[in-house]
Amino acid sequence: MKCFSYNPKYVINLVIYFDHWRLPLRKGVKTMLEIEDLSVEIGDRSILKKLSLHIDEGEVHALLGQNGSGKTTLLMVIMGMPAYKVTNGRIIFQGSDITGKTVDERARMGIGVAFQKPPSVRGIKTSQMVEICMDKKDEKRANEIAGRLNVVDLMDRDVNAGFSGGEAKRSEMLQLLAQNPSFAMFDEPESGVDLDNIALVGSAMNEILEKDRVRMKKAAGLIVTHTGHILDYVNADIGHILMDGTIVCEGNPRDLFDDIRAHGYEGCVECRRC
Amino acid sequence: MSKVLKSRISERREEWRTKAASARDKPAKFGPDIDLTSFTKPSIKDKVKSLGSLSHQIQESALYAGIDANETFRSGSYFQIDHSVVYERVQKAFEGKVEIMSTAEALEKYDWVADLWWKAVPVDQDKYTAQAELDQTHGYFIRIRKGQKVEKPIQACLFLAENNISQNVHNMIIVEDGADAQIITGCTRGQEVEQGMHVGISEFFLGKGSSLMFTMIHNWAERFDVRPRTGVILEEDATYVSNYILLRPVSSIQMYPAAYLNGDNSRVRFNTILSGQKDSYIDVGSKTVLKGENTRAESVARAVAGDRSIIYARGQIIGQSNTGRGHLDCRGILLSEEAEMQAIPELISEKAPRAELSHEAAISPIAEEEVYYLMSRGLSKDEAVSMITRGFLNIDIPGLPPVLKGYIQRTLDAASEEGL
Ligand SMILES: Nc1ncnc2c1ncn2[C@@H]1O[C@H](COP(=O)(O)OP(=O)(O)OP(=O)(O)O)[C@@H](O)[C@H]1O
Ligand SMILES: [Mg+2]
Repeated sequence: MKCFSYNPKYVINLVIYFDHWRLPLRKGVKTMLEIEDLSVEIGDRSILKKLSLHIDEGEVHALLGQNGSGKTTLLMVIMGMPAYKVTNGRIIFQGSDITGKTVDERARMGIGVAFQKPPSVRGIKTSQMVEICMDKKDEKRANEIAGRLNVVDLMDRDVNAGFSGGEAKRSEMLQLLAQNPSFAMFDEPESGVDLDNIALVGSAMNEILEKDRVRMKKAAGLIVTHTGHILDYVNADIGHILMDGTIVCEGNPRDLFDDIRAHGYEGCVECRRC
Repeated sequence: MSKVLKSRISERREEWRTKAASARDKPAKFGPDIDLTSFTKPSIKDKVKSLGSLSHQIQESALYAGIDANETFRSGSYFQIDHSVVYERVQKAFEGKVEIMSTAEALEKYDWVADLWWKAVPVDQDKYTAQAELDQTHGYFIRIRKGQKVEKPIQACLFLAENNISQNVHNMIIVEDGADAQIITGCTRGQEVEQGMHVGISEFFLGKGSSLMFTMIHNWAERFDVRPRTGVILEEDATYVSNYILLRPVSSIQMYPAAYLNGDNSRVRFNTILSGQKDSYIDVGSKTVLKGENTRAESVARAVAGDRSIIYARGQIIGQSNTGRGHLDCRGILLSEEAEMQAIPELISEKAPRAELSHEAAISPIAEEEVYYLMSRGLSKDEAVSMITRGFLNIDIPGLPPVLKGYIQRTLDAASEEGL
């Protein structure tokens, strides 16, 4: 049982336990994202409750949890979406408190998100979205990425308008590749994507997360996944289970998945008590 | 001109004038009532040899209204400044296919022009039509000859260069049987001109199987009042597409162009793009009468009301034939707490129980979700709103030729750069 209660004392042990093999590489590693005691409401409903999360540069975290547990909410609140009201705690990104910053400020600081259900925007083409994402217009590169993601046909269509599930996901990857954030969040990147395309999505994620750079990599990521399929393509270092608005377990993502497969999320309720 | 024709026209003129005089003080059904007595007479402007020899300022203003002084991409041009026709030319390649002249000239040249005069718009409709008859100051006559396909657009510019004058033009557009053309009309004013009045009568006659795409751009200013009066008569299998674009402030504009689908299988589509800025009072609609069998009407309007603007977006389809079909689609966004919008779709079936008429109208805010989606890619809120607004106004117009497409894009770009 690799499931530990969310007691800070154990968490520290756990991080050391799982990361010991990386320790020689971790010298001088900086914190990418630090979430402290974050509580979030939508309307009057409390969704996240005193949630804490620590992500270092170069790390990729996976976030698991049942439908409605608050995964998307966490991503949206990190991105700064105003519908989500922070009632407690703060979010530190690369050393500065961003809790009060607007969405675009955060985007320009290097935070990016591939949405679970991106909205369609009439009259704005996918190619224009790519253009917005890039620091400066580079049509050649835009087309090159689009080619690789097999979305050339989407470039001239209104973004997300009538896109199939898989097309919308690839269009999100396209935009994030163009945006090149240092901290990238992916909200169920594999849902609705067929097997051939999961590989495409996975390789795009690896590129965004600089997985090819072994030593110098700085980019970090947070991947929300239900099925864990995407983890066959993108390696995650640490996994978390979100339940009732707070992180209840932390551990090796694959072990967490095995556990959930064996015992369901119910297992985590039990483990809360361990 | 023959004596017979001369006397015939003066006879008709008498008739029109009498009718016009009876409507001299008749306010329009919609829009603020304008006092027409206070305008002054402009000076006569000299003819120019080419559009390139117009002043740089005039060329630039005209360009914003779609008029290209470099005529390479046009088949012909008409340019009127205040009350003077300064330029009219058909490019060599289109000679014999297209005719362009002032309507005053056309009335003298062809006897049948008088038969069509005030046929699509009633002379006694209101004080503005009356004024156009009693004090007409030219207007263009464009005729596309039978069977001619004119692939490059024809352009016509109605330009106001002096303050406080009233331009009362009467245009006539004849598209003969089987002919096919595009016309761009730009109505605008010199940069330093602050105030004025534009009355524009436009009568369209589309022959059997003909097709016309008519794109009109209005670029006025805060103290201009504008009253276009348009009627379009379609014969069998004719197609008329109107694109109307208003993206700059105006004091008031009121128009309700009407298309009469008399011929079987004729069709019309009105595309209307309105942006209300500052204190603009905008009352714009489209009216279609489905008379022939299998007639089709479609009207798509997108309106954005900002600042303290007021927009009325009207639409009316009258079904008179059982096989007629029409649809109105009107959507609006209010960008300001002080703006006002009314969407008024009207469907009327006159003894045509099987006609199919429908409409959808909506006034709603910009979706926050879309704004934040764009912001998450790095755009500021203002940039995101302006980009979404621009996208909203960018109607997809089927069959729009690339020249016009590029042109509408540029107009929208320019307007959104100026903070649409
Ligand atoms: N705009 C909203 N108004 C009201 N409740 C909301 C809103 N958005 C989310 N919620 C609620 O917040 C809770 C958490 O939602 P969230 O989308 O974060 O879940 P999730 O873990 O991403 O679920 P899923 O796996 O289905 O994507 C849910 O109960 C949801 O109904
Ligand atoms: Mg979710």
